[in-house]
Amino acid sequence: MKRERRKWHERLKVTLWTLVIPPAVWAAHFLCTYLWAAISCAKAGRFAEFPTLFAVATLLALAVIALSGWIAWRQARTAGSPPPHDQGTDVDRLRFLAKSTLLLAGLSFVAVLFTAMPVMFIGDCR
Amino acid sequence: MSLHDQDDPVLRAAQEGRLRRVWEPPGGLFLRWSDTNNNQVGVWYVLTAFGFMLFAGILALLMRTQLAVPDNDFVDPGTFNQLFTLHGSVMMFLFAVPMFEAVSIILLPQLLGARDLPFPRLSAFGYWSFLLGGVFVSGSIFFDAAPDGGWFMYPPLTTRTDLSGLGADIWMLGLSFIEVSSVAAAVELIVGVLKCRPPGMRLNLMPLYAWYILVVAVMILFAFPPLIAGDVLFEMERLLDWPFFDASRGGDPLLWQHLFWIFGHPEVYIVFLPSIALFAMLVPTFARRHLLGYPWIVLAAVGTAFLSFGLWVHHMFATGLPKISLAFFSAASEAVAIPTGVQIFVFIVTLWAGRMVWSTPLLYATGSLAIFVIGGLTGVMVAIAPFDWQAHDTYFVVAHLHYVLIGGTLMPLFAGLYYYWPLATGKKLSDRLGKIAFWMIFAGTNLCFFPMHLSGLMGMPRRVFTYPEELELGGLNLASTIGSFVIAAGVAVIVLDLCRSPWRPMAPRNPWAAGTLEWLAHPQDENWGIRSIPLIESRYPIWDQDDFVRKVDEGRFFLPDAQEGRRETIVTSVLDARPVSVIRLGGPSWLPMLTALALGGVFILTTYHFYWPALVSGVLTLALVLAWLWTGTAEIPEKPCKPIGHGIELPLYISGSAAPGWWAMFITMMADATAFSGLVFGYYFFWTRHEDFVPAGMDGAPGVFWPMAALVLGVASWLLTITSREANGAGRIGLARALLLTGICASGAGVCAGLAGPWLSGLDPTLHSYPAIVWTLAIWTSAHSAIAAIMQAYALARSLFGRMTAHHDADIRNVTVYMHFFALTVVVAYATIGLFPEAA
Repeated sequence: MKRERRKWHERLKVTLWTLVIPPAVWAAHFLCTYLWAAISCAKAGRFAEFPTLFAVATLLALAVIALSGWIAWRQARTAGSPPPHDQGTDVDRLRFLAKSTLLLAGLSFVAVLFTAMPVMFIGDCR
Repeated sequence: MSLHDQDDPVLRAAQEGRLRRVWEPPGGLFLRWSDTNNNQVGVWYVLTAFGFMLFAGILALLMRTQLAVPDNDFVDPGTFNQLFTLHGSVMMFLFAVPMFEAVSIILLPQLLGARDLPFPRLSAFGYWSFLLGGVFVSGSIFFDAAPDGGWFMYPPLTTRTDLSGLGADIWMLGLSFIEVSSVAAAVELIVGVLKCRPPGMRLNLMPLYAWYILVVAVMILFAFPPLIAGDVLFEMERLLDWPFFDASRGGDPLLWQHLFWIFGHPEVYIVFLPSIALFAMLVPTFARRHLLGYPWIVLAAVGTAFLSFGLWVHHMFATGLPKISLAFFSAASEAVAIPTGVQIFVFIVTLWAGRMVWSTPLLYATGSLAIFVIGGLTGVMVAIAPFDWQAHDTYFVVAHLHYVLIGGTLMPLFAGLYYYWPLATGKKLSDRLGKIAFWMIFAGTNLCFFPMHLSGLMGMPRRVFTYPEELELGGLNLASTIGSFVIAAGVAVIVLDLCRSPWRPMAPRNPWAAGTLEWLAHPQDENWGIRSIPLIESRYPIWDQDDFVRKVDEGRFFLPDAQEGRRETIVTSVLDARPVSVIRLGGPSWLPMLTALALGGVFILTTYHFYWPALVSGVLTLALVLAWLWTGTAEIPEKPCKPIGHGIELPLYISGSAAPGWWAMFITMMADATAFSGLVFGYYFFWTRHEDFVPAGMDGAPGVFWPMAALVLGVASWLLTITSREANGAGRIGLARALLLTGICASGAGVCAGLAGPWLSGLDPTLHSYPAIVWTLAIWTSAHSAIAAIMQAYALARSLFGRMTAHHDADIRNVTVYMHFFALTVVVAYATIGLFPEAA
C-alpha cells in the first residue's frame, strides 16, 4: 500500500496548548502595541507618524489567528456523529477542542481589531 | 480481581472496612487539626471565609451608619478610613478568593471522582496560612492599627511612614502571606483538574466547573505574582527607604498602580468566574437537560481570562497617561463584554430549552444574573474613558462594583450554598427561609446601591467620612443605608437557616436528581470520597450511564480497595484521561500547620521590624519544608505496580512530565517567573521615565564584568543539573553526584558574583530608583541561586541516602524544572543590569 504523506496542516492536532494560541496572539499583539505606544510617547515625545511596524504586527497577528482558526475549522469537521461532541471518543474530544479553538479564534480576531482601532483614530500622545 | 469478585458482599464489606480505616480522620480535641483530607480542610476553609465575610459586612454597616445622615459623627475620620480599607481588602482577599478555593477543595475531588486532590497537605498549608494571615490583618482594627489607605494602597500616601502607620505594613505583609496561600491553592487545583480526572473523563466530558477552575487557577498564576512583586518593592521602600515610588528620587507612584491593577483587574474575574461556574452545575440540574453550548462556555471562560489581563489601565484613566494608551484599554474593556455576555446567554438558553424546575438555588441564580447585568452595563459605561473621567472616584463606581460583585460573586455563592449544602452535610436548607432571605437581599441590594449611581453623578466622592447637608445627598444616602441593613437582615436569615440545619432530618441522596459525579456522595458522608473510581462515558454520568450509581457503590469500577493501607488516587493523562499511575497521598500531619506558622512568623515579625526573629523563622520554614519534602514526597514504593481492577496494572512511581509533582513545580515556577517579570517591568518602566537612565555619578555601575560572571555561573549550574539528570538516568550514579556537587559550587559562586556587581560599584539603593531596582534584581536572582544550591544539595542527599535511584528520579527531574526557569531568570536579570545601561 502506498503511504500517502499527509499535508502539514493535517498532521497538526489541536490540544490544550493550541487552544490558547489565538488569545495568546491577541495578548502578544496587545502588549506590543501598548508598550510601543507608551515607549514612543515617553522617549520620542510623539507617536510614530506612520506606524508601519504596527500595521505589520496587526496583519501578522490577524493572519496567525485566522490560520489557527482555519486549522481548527477543518478539524472540527472531522467525520463523526453530529454535535454536541459529548461522547468519550478520540474524535469527539478532537472536535470539541477544535470547535472551542475556532470560537476563540473568532473572539481573538475581533479583539485584535478592537485594539487596532485607536491607532486609526488617535494619532498622537496627548 | 475480576468484575464478579465484587458480587461477594463479604469481600465488599472487607474492602469498605479497609478504606474506612485508611481514610479515617484523626480524632480527639487536638489531633483532629492535623487532618489534611479535603472534606475537613474544605469545610474549615469555607467556614473561615464565611466568617470573614460577616466581619467585613459589619464593617460596611458601620460605614453606612456613619453616612446615613449629613455631618454625622458616629465614627471619626481615621476610623472611617480603616473601615473602608479593611472592608474592601477583607472582602477581596479573605472572602472572595479564599471562598472559591475553599469551595473547590470540597467540590473538585467529588466532581472528578478522585479520593482527594493530589497534594492534600498543600491544601492544609494553604488553609492555615489563610487563617493566620486573615486573623492578623482583620484583628488590626481592634488595636486602631488597621490599614487606612484604601484597598489599593496608593503611594505616596501609604509608602511615607509619616503619613501612614503600621497599617500599611500589616496590609502588605499580611496579604502577601495570603497571596502565597492562593498560589498554593492554584497549583493544587490546576494539577487536580489536569491529572486527577477519572479514567475516560476526556477534556470534552469534564464538568464545566472544572473548566472554570482550571482557567481561574491559571489566572491566579499570572495575576497574583505581579502584586507580590509590587509588595516586595513597596516594603523595600517602607522598611529600607528604597525610593521606588518616591518621585523626588527617581521613583514613580504610577509603577505601583500598574503592578496593583495588573493583579487587580484579573482579580475581579478570578472571583466572578468560579461563582458563575456554580451556575454551570446547577442550571442543567434544574433545566433537566444537558447544558447547551458547552464549547461556548469554554470560549467564554478562556476568552475572559485572556482579555481580563488587557483591562488594568481602565482603573488608571484619570492618571494622565497618553490618550492612545487609554484607548487600547478601553477597547479591550469593551471586548470583554463579548465572552461575558456569551455565558449569560448560554445559561438563559439552557433554561429556556429545558423543562425548568423552580427551586431556591435557581432563584438566587436568576436574581444574581439580573443584578450582575446591571453592573455589567455600568461597567461598559465606565470603560469609556471620557465617561470615566466624570464618574471616577465617585459613588457611581461604588455602585458599579457592588452590582458586579454582589451579582457576580456573592449571590451565586448563596445559590451554591443552597444547592451544595446537602452535599456537605446531608441535609437541605429551608426553602422558605431561603426565599425570604433572597428577596431581602435582592431588594436590599437595589435599594442600597441603585441610589449610589445618582449620588455619584451628583458629585458624591468615594471614601469621604461625611458630606454637608447643602449637597442634598441626604435622602439618597439614607436610602442606601436602609438598603444595606435590609441586605444584612437577609444574610442574618441565611445564618439562622444554617444554624438550624443540625436539627433537620437527613435529605435523600442526590436530592436535586442531578446528573454529575459529585452527587454520588452519601448523606452520611464517608471520608474516602468515592467508593470506586468510575469509568466516565458522559458529561452527566448519573443520568446517562446504566446502573452507574450501583456500580460505583459496589466497587465495580477502579481502585475499590486499599490493601496496602495507604491513601491512594488515580493519575490520568491530560487530554484523554487514560490511567497513568496510582499515587499515594499524604495523610494527617502537623507539618503543614507548623510550616504555615513558621512562614507566618516571617511576615508578621517583619511587620514589627523584628528582623532577627524573622530570620530565625525563615530558617525554620526552610527546615520544615525540607522535612516535609524528605518524608512525604517521591517515596519509593514497596512494589513497582498494583492492580486497580479490570485487569489494569498501574505503576506506583512516576517521574517527569506525567507526574503531578513535576506539574506542581512547573506551575509554581510559572508564578515565580511572572513575579520576576513584574520586577523587570519595573526596571524598564524607570527607563521610560528618565531622560538619563543611569543617574549622574552612577555611570558604569554595576559594570559588565560581575553580572556576566554571575550569568555564566548560573547557566553552568543549569547545564550541570541537566547533565546530572541524564547521567543519573543512564545509571552512572557517581558521575551524576559529582555533577550535582559541581552545580552546588556554581550556584553558590553565582550568589556572590550576582551581589558583587552592585556591591563593588558602591551603588547606594536609597539615593535613587536606579540603584534600588538594580539591587532588587540582583538580590532576587541571587536568592534564586541560593535556592538552586539548596535544591541541588537536596537531590544529592536523596541520591546518597538511596531515596533517588536511576529509575526513581523524580527529585532530580523536578529540580531540573526549577533550573530551566532559574536559567531564564539569570539570563534576563544579568543581561538587563549588566548590558542595558550600556545601550540605553
